[in-house]
Amino acid sequence: MNAPASALNTDDAIKFRCENVNVWYGPTHAIKNNDIAIHDNSVTAFIGPSGCGKSTFLRCLNRMNDTIDICRVTGTLLLDGQDIYSKDIDPVQLRARVGMVFQKPNPFPKSIYDNVGYGPRIHGLARNKVELDEIVEDSLRAAGLWDEVKDRLAAPGTGLSGGQQQRLCIARAIATRPEVLLMDEPCSALDPIATETVEELISTLGERFCVVIVTHSMQQANRISQRTAFFHLGDLVEYDTTDAIFSTPKDERTIGYVSGRFG
Amino acid sequence: MTDTVQTSPDASFHSGDAAKARLRKRRNAETRLRAYGIIAITLAALALVSLLYNIFARTAKAASEHYISMEADIAPDEDNFLKVVKSAAKEAFPYASGRKNRRAIYGLFSDGAADDMRRAAEEGTLQTGDAVPMRFLMSDTADLYMRGEFGKLQTQPGPNALTIEPEGKGFTLRTSGDAFADALGLARTELANEAATLRRQKARQSVGIETLEKRLSDLTGPERDDTLAQIEGFKAKRDQLETKANALDTLITGDRDTRLKLSNRMASFFVAANGGILKLTEVAADTALATPLVPMESASGVGGGDWSLRILERPEIGRPVKDMQVAILETLKSEGRIEEIANWRFFSLSDSTQPEIAGIKGALIGSMWTMLVTFCLAFPIGVMAAIYLEEFAPRNRWTDFVEVNINNLAAVPSIVFGLLGLAVFINFFGTPRSSPLAGGLVLALMTLPTVIIAARASIRAVPPSIRSAALGLGASKTQTVFHHVLPLAMPGILTGTIIGMAQALGETAPLLMIGMVAFITAVPEGITDSATVLPVQVFNWANASERAFDMRTAAAIAVLLLFLVVMNAIAIILRKQFERRW
Repeated sequence: MNAPASALNTDDAIKFRCENVNVWYGPTHAIKNNDIAIHDNSVTAFIGPSGCGKSTFLRCLNRMNDTIDICRVTGTLLLDGQDIYSKDIDPVQLRARVGMVFQKPNPFPKSIYDNVGYGPRIHGLARNKVELDEIVEDSLRAAGLWDEVKDRLAAPGTGLSGGQQQRLCIARAIATRPEVLLMDEPCSALDPIATETVEELISTLGERFCVVIVTHSMQQANRISQRTAFFHLGDLVEYDTTDAIFSTPKDERTIGYVSGRFG
Repeated sequence: MTDTVQTSPDASFHSGDAAKARLRKRRNAETRLRAYGIIAITLAALALVSLLYNIFARTAKAASEHYISMEADIAPDEDNFLKVVKSAAKEAFPYASGRKNRRAIYGLFSDGAADDMRRAAEEGTLQTGDAVPMRFLMSDTADLYMRGEFGKLQTQPGPNALTIEPEGKGFTLRTSGDAFADALGLARTELANEAATLRRQKARQSVGIETLEKRLSDLTGPERDDTLAQIEGFKAKRDQLETKANALDTLITGDRDTRLKLSNRMASFFVAANGGILKLTEVAADTALATPLVPMESASGVGGGDWSLRILERPEIGRPVKDMQVAILETLKSEGRIEEIANWRFFSLSDSTQPEIAGIKGALIGSMWTMLVTFCLAFPIGVMAAIYLEEFAPRNRWTDFVEVNINNLAAVPSIVFGLLGLAVFINFFGTPRSSPLAGGLVLALMTLPTVIIAARASIRAVPPSIRSAALGLGASKTQTVFHHVLPLAMPGILTGTIIGMAQALGETAPLLMIGMVAFITAVPEGITDSATVLPVQVFNWANASERAFDMRTAAAIAVLLLFLVVMNAIAIILRKQFERRW
């Protein structure tokens, strides 16, 4: 790989530093010896054709791959300088620091309030009802959902529209006060208007969190991210500022992909 | 282009006659399939309705019981209440003298009558003194007679005057017209049958004579003499039979005053007159000999319309209620001294050898204890096993082995579990025999596979996105399972549990093995007391010879069904509770 981290002209602190990351699904080599440095307080987009390993890489960052029996991860993944795959890291604790939003909105079949309040409750972030109310309100406000649902917090989360459900999932993720927010194609199940709302939200969140987003849409990556990584067949082909990737890509494959010749 | 393969669309392919035929065929097939479905459902519904009708129609008979009102002398410190009943009966029916009649009278009363008094005495509510009006519970056979189980007593009003003259111990009755024609006809038929039997015997003698006479020509000496003597004997027998048959014929065709005997193999004929009941023993066309069962107030003749002939079709020999009892019951009924009261006793008493004081309480409580033990074992163990196998266990040869075995256990005949319970729980661990604990353990083993399979299926049906969401929020595996997966799977788990419990509730065979078939008259007070359960009670009563158990069997089945409905209702309410929270 061509030294990725150094190519970035930024003063943002590095949140994730990953070196020599390899992932196998059984005999399949899904991620091949990738290095990447992900910066804090910005949005990093992973793009690439289907099956290129971008989602797999994302799931390495909060050890969600642990739930898959046949999956094996090697290499160094440092979160604030600490190896997240070391023995003294509890994956459950890690996932509280590295929140995740999934492709399909997946609210719990509970009330809106309970959806957002669940994370804080299990992590003991609120000592009483008042504090919890506060966290729920803050999170819903941050997700831009508060005005729409404040009168029906007891209504089931599954009763909301698709876009609202996805924003509820984002509110739920940020309610646990994560440092990093991983998003796995969060807009692919949404209509264009809902997508726009969620994109605006992601841009705003990027100012507060380290946001990593996997997307199929190059326009989306272009609109919301500061940096973009292009994956192809398990290789991290190119990683640079978003502007650089879309205006002056260096690798042949990146050029082909962003100009729409394949993928 | 070939002729056989059509590569370009042909307009006629989807609109021609062949297409129409195909369409018709397809529609016919669909109509047929629907008709099969409707027929199948109709048949199933009919079967269910007839089953329920059968059970509840018979249950209705067990819903009430009959009492006889009498006056009893009860001493303040009385303790032999059976004697109280007997002396009250003796006093009420003084004319029933002699051992046989006394026994008939006592046979009208249940042991429950004395039990009622004893219970009242224990509670201090028994009224003592002379000639206290009391209600006495009827025996099962008397109760069945009152319900018309042995046929209804038909009444034919006597149109013409009846004269009554004493003759020996009985009376000679005389009337004009053909009031006794039915009885006479029956007696004649009976005699004709008897004559026919005699003639058949005679024919056999004739065949014997013929055979011997054929053999006679081959014989000489003493053998011939013996045979000749034998033939003579046969002939004498033949003539004797012929004479007897002829005598019967003469009786049948005899004059108007020839009285024919009525036997206990024929319908019973009674005459009710002057407040008494007489039983006909011999009849002629317009005269009859009768013995009094319930004495008349006077032996004077009565006018037409003031007496009646009563007929009970079923012969006395074919019913447990004898003519004397019939007469007394009919008299009591006409005096208004028989009461029919709701049978709450059925729910407050336990098993008994006497059907009229047998109740369901012991079996009902026994079933409740057993189901409690079964549920407390099968539900948590089953759900935990399912959670472990589905969420935590690694996929390897061991878990495959366990899974296959669980599936196989669900198909093991239930009696095998009974054998296992006998060998392991009772013989090895020393669990009390016939106890709800032993029964519950065995039924829990039987129910476990059902619960595990249902629970695994419903846990597997919870969408994986819910698990991802919880794990992604930093919930541990245990939190994920107990906060999200289990509540979502709970309706399915409860459905499976209810199916298993319903199966366990109706199970008889394994409980027979561990001794719950024993005759137990006490209500179990805990899970280690001897007990029986509803299906075993049904099984026992269905085997009982007393006819009155028949309707109680139906009633016990109804109670079993209601128990099941209540159990299911609780599960449905619980399920709704879980569903409403989402």
